[in-house]
Amino acid sequence: MIAQLTLIERQHAILISAAVALLGFLMMLAGRDDPMGAHGALIFVVSILMIFRIGGSYYAPPPSDDRLKHYYDDPSKVGIVISMMWAVVGLGVGDWVAWQLVNPDLTFGTGWSSFGRLRPVHTTSVIFGFGGNALIATSFYVLQRTSRARLPDQVSPWFVLFGYNLFCLLAVTGYLMGITQSKEYAEPEWYTDIWLVVVWVTYFILYLRTLARRKEPHIYVSNWYYMAFILVVAILHIVNNLAVPVSLGHAKSYSAFSGVQDAMTQWWYGHNAVAFFLTAGFLGMMYYFLPMRAGRPIYSYRMSIISFWGITFFYMWAGSHHLHYTALPQWVQTLGMTFSLMLLIPSWASAGNVLLTLNGAWDKVRDDATLRFMMVAGVFYGLATFEGSFMAIRSVNSLSHYTDWTVGHVHVGALGWVAMITFGSIYACVPWLWKRERMYSTKLVEAHFWLALSGTVIYIFAMWNSGIIQGLMWRTYTDSGTLAYSFVDTLVAMHPYYIARAVGGLLFLIGGCLGAYNIWKTITVPGVTSEHASDLPQPALAGALHAAAE
Amino acid sequence: MSLFGFHYRLERKAIGLTIGIIAAASVGGLVEIAPLFTIHQTVEDAPGMRVYTPLELAGRNIYIREGCYACHSQMIRTLRDDVDRYGPYSLAVESKYDHPMLWGSKRTGPDLARIGEKYSDQWHVAHLNNPRDVVPVSVMPAYGWLLATELRTDDLDLHLKAQRRVGVPYTNDMIANAAMDAYAQSNPDSPQADGVTKRYGKATTMRAFDGLPSKLTEMDALVAYLQVLGRLTDAAHKSLATAEARQ
Repeated sequence: MIAQLTLIERQHAILISAAVALLGFLMMLAGRDDPMGAHGALIFVVSILMIFRIGGSYYAPPPSDDRLKHYYDDPSKVGIVISMMWAVVGLGVGDWVAWQLVNPDLTFGTGWSSFGRLRPVHTTSVIFGFGGNALIATSFYVLQRTSRARLPDQVSPWFVLFGYNLFCLLAVTGYLMGITQSKEYAEPEWYTDIWLVVVWVTYFILYLRTLARRKEPHIYVSNWYYMAFILVVAILHIVNNLAVPVSLGHAKSYSAFSGVQDAMTQWWYGHNAVAFFLTAGFLGMMYYFLPMRAGRPIYSYRMSIISFWGITFFYMWAGSHHLHYTALPQWVQTLGMTFSLMLLIPSWASAGNVLLTLNGAWDKVRDDATLRFMMVAGVFYGLATFEGSFMAIRSVNSLSHYTDWTVGHVHVGALGWVAMITFGSIYACVPWLWKRERMYSTKLVEAHFWLALSGTVIYIFAMWNSGIIQGLMWRTYTDSGTLAYSFVDTLVAMHPYYIARAVGGLLFLIGGCLGAYNIWKTITVPGVTSEHASDLPQPALAGALHAAAE
Repeated sequence: MSLFGFHYRLERKAIGLTIGIIAAASVGGLVEIAPLFTIHQTVEDAPGMRVYTPLELAGRNIYIREGCYACHSQMIRTLRDDVDRYGPYSLAVESKYDHPMLWGSKRTGPDLARIGEKYSDQWHVAHLNNPRDVVPVSVMPAYGWLLATELRTDDLDLHLKAQRRVGVPYTNDMIANAAMDAYAQSNPDSPQADGVTKRYGKATTMRAFDGLPSKLTEMDALVAYLQVLGRLTDAAHKSLATAEARQ
């Protein structure tokens, strides 16, 4: 990998690592009485290791100019491997905490292993670790091919990838030490947040620089989504994380907003992290890998325009449906509900586009588990968005809110849509990237598919049952007008469903481990090499994806 | 020119798309969030409302650190069964000094918005130490180490200062005495105890929350925080009373 870098690029990489090491050292000094010091040490060690890694190959012969004729795929390859590592960690911790709700003493009796600290480890590992790395890796891959342009340099993609993973690492290790802002899906503290802004700005500039070099006049749909993902996540992240640190030597900070304004800002962020991280980015992935794998162009160009702008505009209004019947003014709640209902139109336009694109390729869906992953993802996307709009209705929300129904809904989207489209795209992409004819084992892909599907179905049925039962028990009155059930009664009722959920999660985890093994074997076992058509900058590729447009 | 014709040209411009995305995505937040800072009725008036004492603030930070918000909400909705189960529905003003708010999104355990003084200190200590000792079917983790961990107080003044910077009205007097007040609140027989009531009001709960007056532990802080939940102002009870009077 480092052999691909020119001498100047190696020098830049070392300089950047040294600057980060210095920052880590300063944090270590400033935060010596605080958990922040441990983070400083971690940053310092990681960047020193990076310097040694680059330095070790510093005198390797420089790459030939031949490299410029090919796309730069090394960051995508590494990104996919890291993504699968986070998947195993994130799914594993998720299932662990699921079992903790069955037996709460499945801890080591220490702070770091309790539910409250592990839960954000799970959410951050799967959303930002697994999902985020897959998005970065595939976005580089798709961007180059749909633009017919190579990434403009060979250092900034690495900075984005490794910088982003440093963010994930700081986030996750922070929770274990008790460093958290408590804002859901925005838990990392102020210095980690600032670091992500630096990485994210580099990411978007890299995107624009590559687009500026494109030989394809039109910017393909996938890139609209990836751009929306990067841009809007930046806006959300910066606004929601505005805070005043206790001191430069303290990890702890206090949010700039309080109470009702803070709640609205948080759920404006929280809901749109779902929209622009977990939806827009993965739709970008879908719009490339699904038509490529199915060998069919996207069904409707106009539907993709409607759904793109619909999602970008409507979603940002919907966050307040997380705050129905709370102290948030009712007019904001009503706006949130209204826009959540309208969201169904662009969402189903996307889901419909997926399924209609597959029309005529159903035989491939039957035979090819990779394509089936993507098809099922489309179905779950349709289901999750319908359910989301439904749950945003005030009266439905009065039952579902605060219960496991919400958890079930999240996992319809997270397991059924996000993870499935990611696994499908990765299984499509890995043989192309490593120049193999196919995955190491198609049987393992098939096994993974059925494990993932059955795990998801068990999980969501368990949570639907548990959530609706709990919601109903909370609001049941006796004939004399008093509440019929104590809170503890509902815990007893939910116990069997918690077991079922943990089993469903376990199946999903086993599937993920099989996937990681299969990908590792595809990479390491020398197989039949095959040059994929899209590996060389060829004309008319993006045009083929767009064939139905004109 | 049709809308799709316009788009056909827009999608050839990276900067055009960038501006379009930012514009389309900004409207919702501007319309829904900005007015919450300007419309006066958003947050009710509660003249007698007090701020968290340093000990309660430290307890709140432990609550955040341990991720209690992941399973406990602090927001009673305007629904009959919520009010019957947990007490008067929450008002916006009650979390006016909460940076960040801890309204929560899930009730794996019950709502805590009005848990203050509902149970004794001993109950809380026993429950936090091992929830199954008092609620056999509880799925809450045990927090045994809180009782054994001494509370860090040397930087509490910095915490209060940062809070003041985001808008909580801590006085210079409160900031200067932060560490001492934390100690005194859990040690009511100490000579410094008067200072706490002087600065934070007579209604401030002064007790050895963890049962050990000689030692200031994280358990003291967390229990002090739990015992003040819903008790910084009685505005919610008043509004219920006026509503009943109107009927």
